[in-house]
Amino acid sequence: MGRQLKFNIFRFNPEDPASVPHMDTFVLEETDAMTLFIALNRIREEQDPTLQFDFVCRAGICGSCAMLINGRPDLACHTKTKKLPDEITLMPLPVFKLVGDLSVDTGTWFRGMHQNVESWIHTNKVFDPKAPEEPMTNEMAEEIYELERCIECGCCIAACGKANMVPDKFMGAAAFNRIARFMMDPRDQRTTGEYFEVVGNDEGIFGCLGLLGCEDVCPKKLPLQDQLGMLRRKMGWSAVQHLFSKVFSRK
Amino acid sequence: METFYTDVLCIGAGLAGERVAIETAARGYETLLLSLVPPRRSHSSAAQGGMQASLGNCCKGEGDCPDIHFADTVRGSDWGCDQEVARLFAETAPIAVRQMAFWGIPWNRVVAGTSTYYKGGKQYEKVEKKEKEHLITARDFGGTAKWRTCYTSDGTGHTLLFTMDNEVARLGVKVHDRVEAIALIHDGETCTGVIARCLRTGKLRAYLAKATLIATGGYGRTYRETTNAVICDGAGMIIALDTGLVPFGNPEAVQFHPTGIVPTNILVTEGCRGDGGTLLDVNEERFMHIYEPEKQELASRDVVSRWMTHHIRIGKGVPSPYGHHLWLDIRHLGAKHIKTKLRDVEEICNEFLDRDPITQLIPVRPAQHYSMGGVRTNKDGAAYGLKGLFAAGEAACWDMHGFNRLGGNSLAETVVAGMIVGEKICEFLEGYEVTYKTNVIRDAAKKQEERIARLMRGADGKESVYKIKAALGDILMDKVGIFRNGKDLQEAVDAIQELYVRADKVGLRSSAVGVNPELAVALRLKGTLRLGLCIAYGALMRTESRGAHAREDFPERNDRDWLKRTLAYWKSESDTLPTLEYEKPSKVWEIPPGERGYGSCQIICSEDPEVVGQPIQRN
Repeated sequence: MGRQLKFNIFRFNPEDPASVPHMDTFVLEETDAMTLFIALNRIREEQDPTLQFDFVCRAGICGSCAMLINGRPDLACHTKTKKLPDEITLMPLPVFKLVGDLSVDTGTWFRGMHQNVESWIHTNKVFDPKAPEEPMTNEMAEEIYELERCIECGCCIAACGKANMVPDKFMGAAAFNRIARFMMDPRDQRTTGEYFEVVGNDEGIFGCLGLLGCEDVCPKKLPLQDQLGMLRRKMGWSAVQHLFSKVFSRK
Repeated sequence: METFYTDVLCIGAGLAGERVAIETAARGYETLLLSLVPPRRSHSSAAQGGMQASLGNCCKGEGDCPDIHFADTVRGSDWGCDQEVARLFAETAPIAVRQMAFWGIPWNRVVAGTSTYYKGGKQYEKVEKKEKEHLITARDFGGTAKWRTCYTSDGTGHTLLFTMDNEVARLGVKVHDRVEAIALIHDGETCTGVIARCLRTGKLRAYLAKATLIATGGYGRTYRETTNAVICDGAGMIIALDTGLVPFGNPEAVQFHPTGIVPTNILVTEGCRGDGGTLLDVNEERFMHIYEPEKQELASRDVVSRWMTHHIRIGKGVPSPYGHHLWLDIRHLGAKHIKTKLRDVEEICNEFLDRDPITQLIPVRPAQHYSMGGVRTNKDGAAYGLKGLFAAGEAACWDMHGFNRLGGNSLAETVVAGMIVGEKICEFLEGYEVTYKTNVIRDAAKKQEERIARLMRGADGKESVYKIKAALGDILMDKVGIFRNGKDLQEAVDAIQELYVRADKVGLRSSAVGVNPELAVALRLKGTLRLGLCIAYGALMRTESRGAHAREDFPERNDRDWLKRTLAYWKSESDTLPTLEYEKPSKVWEIPPGERGYGSCQIICSEDPEVVGQPIQRN
């Protein structure tokens, strides 16, 4: 017989005026190769059909199921119960708006981020269907892919001290990583100055407290610390140039 | 009720839905994307391996062209595809890949010089040419004559979807996520949008549109063991079939992927075998070379899946608490290759199996993987039966896959169909006006409100939605799986019909306001069972073997009687079986039916002069 696992799960249904935030407890017998995906679905199907949570791919690639697992942001689908103690506490990710129980609205947050950092290639070229593709070295393609691997799960935002202090104001590591991805892409024609306008402020890279919770929790192990460092250097230098140009233009 | 108006409504924001939205929005039509989940979480992101397009840049793809891609696709389909559509597809795919590069995909590129590759466990050498350096490269995939599958490491679907959604964001296309379309609004002739349920609040909404696109992906979740994401339950096909007017094309054409991991059925990519991975049995010995001396591990998916199942049946499977399986071996590819080119595979094995593929074998067996069938459309993507309704991608039966889809052709289809169908919707909308009939909208909404109220009250009984859904999954897996026969199929039809009766007595255990996840499943339940009946009944009636549809009692491909596409209709609410009609799969026979060159090849030849006549010469 497997372990009896005790799940403490945060409950709140914002649509129900009678609902108040509280914790519910469920007990489940552990089975071989059990993940939180298997456990939560069993709880919903066998014990409480109203329990809200989000899974899509259940394979660690879509980023839907991030939650606080014993206090730490991670993807529920790839979390094996055998790595956890007998008592497991599940809370929704902080910073994001709650949909209900363990489900949070990462979709709206990331949509805002896409618009804010203009998460697309900026170019004045026009696609020519008859022309061959522009050449690129394989190394460059692989470097871009390395940063393109972000799955927008929101773990880095939930683990960010600054984002927790000013939830709607701080851009966070996912946005910095996205900017770094486009900065290294030779197809994007934006200048450092243009990136500075987006990220060179206290809501951007200068607001980062350097706690690096983002790097610690990223389930895709993205090199976030390197991107924060790179942006800080580039934007710091850009700020100095900005300042000088202002001083000189005053003369 | 909240009501939204738009020119184009795309249900589903995976690659196909988004590519259509980009086309219509860029041409000035107001476009709105509806999605169950934030678009980037769609199942398109799960496709690891790649996208087929005949660029012919890499040395093993030299001389490739749309003609060869077309031929591979037709052969792969076992002559079940529409050859006009397959031709259109193969010609457009290279442009689609290059356009995606222009929008930001970091496709892997040709590196000049000598490098090694594996085939069937043996190491070979190849030399990439200097003049092709830095152009988009390709890898080997099952069932193709050339290396044609463009890729970004093993996250091709992910990068495609992110880049596509970037373009959607750039164009400012409206996206409503966490919304589920639960019924089409139509007057028996014209579709004018959907009734949808908000998955944040549980409230109903109306979306009114001149053109409505179904791009909701496949129906894999009807099966117990599937590689598909949990949202792939054929919701778009359900609402189309509900109209009684739109047919479900080739429901029985269901593909199994050879390498789902045991026990969670998460897919590990074809790229493993493409790059030289081998399949081993209980004795850790290879076996595919015995059955398929030429293509070995790289025969098409249906063929590999069948031989694997056969090999397990003759006692060569590896026993486990989750049933018998086989091994996938990629150890000889080495740590460097696995850590870069097959990184997602490494991650999946470590995180979900606690196994390191660099040093350990991977437990695999075939699992449901792809739905070739879907909303039957013409070559423009316009659905049969209702004006103003379109479909694209896996949700559609367009039909370039026929009875078997080639690896790398699904990502390619989503993008290519998105381009073509998007353009055709724009042509359709030119000068097109529609009248929104308030009574039609009101009736459609009222019908859904009443269904919800009955379920919430538990007025009809106390049957569990989850139990009925799980029972369907068992039946389809056990009796409408990789090998099929008349007895099992008849039993499947009977058993699903029993479930269909029980489904009328479903009651919710909770009347929670708001999202209520149990209600969402309950609303789809009868529709899901109808899909199951179409699949099982379509398979029972088709007394031949073609592509992924393998009948043990009818092993030959029967072109004389069965060179046709199934069209399953649900004509009346009170029906308990679909009405099956048939049509010729193609109007054009550029390549007349022949042998595929792999798999078994007993063929009863067609006697139709149109089919077997001289191939049409293309200029």
